[in-house]
Amino acid sequence: MAISFDKALGIHQHTVGIRTKRAEVIASNIANADTPHYKARDIDFKAALANAQARQGFAMSRTHERHIDVKLPPTGETGYRVPNQPDTGDGNTVDMQQERNNYLQNAMEHQASLTFLGSKFRGLTSAIKGE
Amino acid sequence: MSLFNVLDVAGSGMSAQSLRLNTTASNLANADSVASSVDETYRARHPVFAAQFDSARQDQSAVPVEVKGIVESDKPLIRQYEPEHPMADENGYIYKPNVNVVEEMANMMSASRSYQTNVQIADAAKQMLNKTLNLGK
Repeated sequence: MAISFDKALGIHQHTVGIRTKRAEVIASNIANADTPHYKARDIDFKAALANAQARQGFAMSRTHERHIDVKLPPTGETGYRVPNQPDTGDGNTVDMQQERNNYLQNAMEHQASLTFLGSKFRGLTSAIKGE
Repeated sequence: MSLFNVLDVAGSGMSAQSLRLNTTASNLANADSVASSVDETYRARHPVFAAQFDSARQDQSAVPVEVKGIVESDKPLIRQYEPEHPMADENGYIYKPNVNVVEEMANMMSASRSYQTNVQIADAAKQMLNKTLNLGK
């Protein structure tokens, strides 16, 4: 019986990546909380997970060493948040409280994914050692 | 590793907010600096923030904030008739800065709160990174 690491880690290897990306997006929202005309963004988790599992994202094949390495990131993952206030005066749609809670929630979910991954690794280790 | 980008973004937010705090401090310090002509009078200064969209990067999820520059307020200066004042011009007028102290106090609180939030974001990112590095131990 062969152990396939791709399958052994399940869905959690993809979720950790998306959680870190979401942390980036929300941190950008908070850093730009006072920037005029900045629109708050977020990641569509369902689309991002589907993309990560299907390994989408297109890359141009390089046939010469001087070709530029072009990778198109998968589309449709980040979107703009629907503002809950029609106008804040400067065109900024960041709601600080909402973003802070989202960031915290995302950090917890990231930790949960890591815990799941860790227990997967422990299971693998004990299977390999045969203890 | 995109969690390092979170530290960059939070750092950009912190430096932008501390610059805002700096301008607020100089505005408040100079709120009562009088001058004898319009040109010499201190004017309230405010930073202009902008989102730093880097078109060269393919992944646009991390957007740091940058300070585009500092603008001086063009609100009218306060012209006051005080012939006894040593700085008074030949007509007996002195000029006071157009600093709105109440506005600056509110600005100061907003800037320090935003700075604090960015510190917390960096701290949380650090914890997330630490947890990731300890994975499998």
